Amino acid sequence: MPMQFSENADRMDVRYVAALARISLDDAEAAALQSQLDGILAFVGELKSLDVEGVEETQDASGTSGVHTVWREDVPLPGLDRDAALALAPHERHGQFAVPKIIE
Amino acid sequence: MNYIPSIGLEVHVQLKTRTKMFCACPAHREGDEPNLHVCPVCLGLPGALPTINREAIKKTVQVGLMIGSRIARRSLFDRKNYFYPDMPKNYQISQQYAPLCIGGALEIEVAGARKTIRVNHIHQEEDAAKITHLPSSSEIDYSRASTPLMELVTEPDMSSPDEALAFLTALKEILLCAGISDCDLEKGHIRADVNSSVRPEGTDRLGVKCEIKNMNTFRGIHRALTYEIQRQISVLSSGGTLRQETRRWDDDAGVTLPMRSKEYAHDYRYFPEPDLPPILLDDATIDAWRAEIPELPAARRARFVRDYALSDYDASVLVASRPLADFFEETARASSLPKAAANWVMGELLHALDEKSVPLSEARITPSALAALLKLLDKKTINQPAAKQVFAELFENGGDPAAIVEKRGLAQVSDASAIETFARQAIDANPKVAADYRAGKQPALMYLVGQVMKASRGKANPALAAETLKKLLA
Amino acid sequence: MTAESLCNLGFAEAARTLAAGETTSRELVSALLERCAALEPSLNSLTWWSADAALEAADAADAARAAGDARPLLGVPIAIKDLLNVRGQPCTAGSNILKGYVAPYDATVVAHLREAGCIFVSRTNTDEFAMGGSTETSAYGPTRNPWDLSRVPGGSSGGSAAAVAACLAPAALASDTGGSIRQPAAFCGVTGLKPTYGRVSRYGCTAFASSLDQVGPIARSVEDAALVYQTIAGLDPHDATSSPRPVEDSLPAIRAARDLKGLRLGVPAEYFVEGLDPDVAALVRDAIAQCRALGAETVEVSLPHTRHGIPCYYILAPAEASANLARYDGVRYGLRASEANLQEMYESTRAAGFGPEVKRRVILGTYVLSSGFADAYYRRAQRVRTLIRRDFDAAFAACDAILGPVTPTPAFPLGERTADPLRMYLGDIFTVNVNLAGICALSLPCGVTPSGLPAGLQVIAPAFGEPLLFRIGAAYQHATGHHLRRPPLPAVP
Repeated sequence: MPMQFSENADRMDVRYVAALARISLDDAEAAALQSQLDGILAFVGELKSLDVEGVEETQDASGTSGVHTVWREDVPLPGLDRDAALALAPHERHGQFAVPKIIE
Repeated sequence: MNYIPSIGLEVHVQLKTRTKMFCACPAHREGDEPNLHVCPVCLGLPGALPTINREAIKKTVQVGLMIGSRIARRSLFDRKNYFYPDMPKNYQISQQYAPLCIGGALEIEVAGARKTIRVNHIHQEEDAAKITHLPSSSEIDYSRASTPLMELVTEPDMSSPDEALAFLTALKEILLCAGISDCDLEKGHIRADVNSSVRPEGTDRLGVKCEIKNMNTFRGIHRALTYEIQRQISVLSSGGTLRQETRRWDDDAGVTLPMRSKEYAHDYRYFPEPDLPPILLDDATIDAWRAEIPELPAARRARFVRDYALSDYDASVLVASRPLADFFEETARASSLPKAAANWVMGELLHALDEKSVPLSEARITPSALAALLKLLDKKTINQPAAKQVFAELFENGGDPAAIVEKRGLAQVSDASAIETFARQAIDANPKVAADYRAGKQPALMYLVGQVMKASRGKANPALAAETLKKLLA
Repeated sequence: MTAESLCNLGFAEAARTLAAGETTSRELVSALLERCAALEPSLNSLTWWSADAALEAADAADAARAAGDARPLLGVPIAIKDLLNVRGQPCTAGSNILKGYVAPYDATVVAHLREAGCIFVSRTNTDEFAMGGSTETSAYGPTRNPWDLSRVPGGSSGGSAAAVAACLAPAALASDTGGSIRQPAAFCGVTGLKPTYGRVSRYGCTAFASSLDQVGPIARSVEDAALVYQTIAGLDPHDATSSPRPVEDSLPAIRAARDLKGLRLGVPAEYFVEGLDPDVAALVRDAIAQCRALGAETVEVSLPHTRHGIPCYYILAPAEASANLARYDGVRYGLRASEANLQEMYESTRAAGFGPEVKRRVILGTYVLSSGFADAYYRRAQRVRTLIRRDFDAAFAACDAILGPVTPTPAFPLGERTADPLRMYLGDIFTVNVNLAGICALSLPCGVTPSGLPAGLQVIAPAFGEPLLFRIGAAYQHATGHHLRRPPLPAVP
């Protein structure tokens, strides 16, 4: 069972979260980030003191713009030329995007 | 001690649409070159944004309507975040908090017993790209990325592998009937995550659950469940405990095996998809979509029995495929001869289709042609053997039965004097047989009828021939 | 026309001048290119420009005009923030992780400008993935403020603001998520608009925070900003969040705007508190007085949750960004730092490709969405967001538009805040709430401090209130002329 958060409920474990975000950190970076993020978290945590009883979440910006139920008809449109897409690839093989082996 | 299994399914179905779920690329087809149908959206390029395929929403809602779900008037998409190379954005757009369809149920029948399997919900999401694993690398084809998927999650109401199979079969039947999906398992159109647990008989609380992911054949599901339930029972009856885990089915070895647990596997950090405003569905839209759903097999079967006086068995055979049922019904209505229509569709037509390995859509014979043929037969304009000949020609070449009858001179001879002439000839040519009949041997009559048929080149009305012979021999 | 006068042409003026045949696109573009060559070494406002491509495009526009093409914006150059996809041009988002990525498609806003005849000759520097308030997090070096080269131009659209202020382009496209158009516009003495959320398509604009980002213009006048805005705004089938409301033509009203009679303008008590630089405060108060002189009535309003906007923003924006930036993984495009194995490829690519500020925000964003913490941070912030929206709704019941500062200070020295992320974030106090509420706002030059640094007046209107913003801005600019002042740059020979 991954134990990533200490007893102090809101102290972020930077290494664990960075791993979730697939960013590797060396020790110096991890230490610097840990202290910066502790500070930022404490600052944003200030919101906990606000009374939000009964206030609904703004789940999307359409509350302001009034936009909803936006969809398109099932009609194909031209996309990207296959070669143009593959030209972007850092590593292309057999017309596919190649990635190194996945170690499970 | 007896153990009761509880089985739940999470069924992923690829929907039959022309375009992808969140972009207007053509939906991919098996056999397409890799990366043929891609665009900034399904490749996850910087700046790309999703747009919802209305047809996919419609089809998902229609499945909900078919199983009696409540359709959400306000439905939302959410981001499900995880990293994998088959994920162009490293998040999947799915529905977590407000799915399209809530509740519902499907009735199944196993060994004569009917049972209702409840559905928890149905939601919409997008499929991942296709990834091919090679020894030291993997290759990804994004043509499949963002194919519309419908995920249907049942309650753990099934109690045996047979019930699970019956559920999947019943689900497949309605999906095919309503044109929701082609349901071709070989093409991966239906995949299921299968959950099972066992509990001691007499208790209510469900046991520890184990999940087998990504099963893609019905047979495999049945085998995997059979094994897994037995495994769980063995562990518990020998005093062991089970862990909640994900396992995979090894079909060759015939066992389920624990999957290596992936770290960080389960924190998907769901949050509402900010790029897609909510879907608000009104009654008018839902009603219009409901009206497009064809009659489902069970209802159609019942109606055939009621309206056309067919037997349960005949009705079942006919509703097995929608095109077949449509063909039968059109023929029955055009001819007003439902019983004959049923016999000929189930008999001659199915036989011909099977023999020539031809799908119904490619047969040249039309329901109106068959109906006309049945009417000719009913009016005794032609006899049974002649009708079969006409059918064969209609099947091969299409056309109009009356014209074929005319062209090939197949009209039944019912002229009394002509029949009498043939009958006398037959009696004269076969004195011994005639004598046998007079002596009481009934089969002798059939022989003479056959001679009349032969002499008339099959055109004589056999009933009339028999009548005439009997009179002459009396 | 002299090279200097060509470079000084505003966007609308350039269009008129070209249409009247008083200059050619080639002449105009050549003058701008020369100016770029002269000033860019000290400004670093551009991440890309190509003399060949620019002249080719200019020549094509001139030829088209000669053949009868009368499109109003034909041959007018516009600078594009390096976040927006322009087919065939690199798009780095100010990051190493997109090094080598050449856009295979046009952002919708770019397509609109292209259809109108504009040409794209330069790309402007930006904080990496638009995350920053100074353009110092760019992987391509910081941009310097043309008014004082030792200071920041603001961010994240510092490149666009500096380029426009320095007359390297008649206008620029930029983006605003928490103030990234308005703040650099204020720091550089130019005009910037953050449109209502959904007013302008985001398709093709590299996403930072999806529910907050908007693309908008930076220009040297309200008329120019409005002209660019009207060309790019409107419903886009590629952007499901874009609004179908028709885009009004405000240009006639802008040209006629002379007073603010009949308008009630709100001044939030919470905006004039300790922490607001006295020079900036003085200039903004002057501007408010000027609006009264133009006939507007001013009233005090309250936006009680103002100070909660920054923590709210710094939870929601990084959360959305953590998901939006997950796609930068070395698989399909951009940087790939390792071929050892997949995990290694992901982790080292993102470690090498992202700068420290981006890493901070992605990690913070991942955390506030994570299991066990999402309720306390992400969902709570979504509720505070509702409170902030309600603040504006209530204020707009008492006034037509709100006036206030754009920034608490003028442009600060390079390097002053880079070691202290929080201090940097606090500079967003007046701008983030507009994004959280999804409404629109304009940043107008309102004078220069005694130390020679510009300050900005912010005008905030309810959703789809751009025509009102333009009316107020145009009348103000007509009366004051602050927007005509140029930075004291060395003359280009």
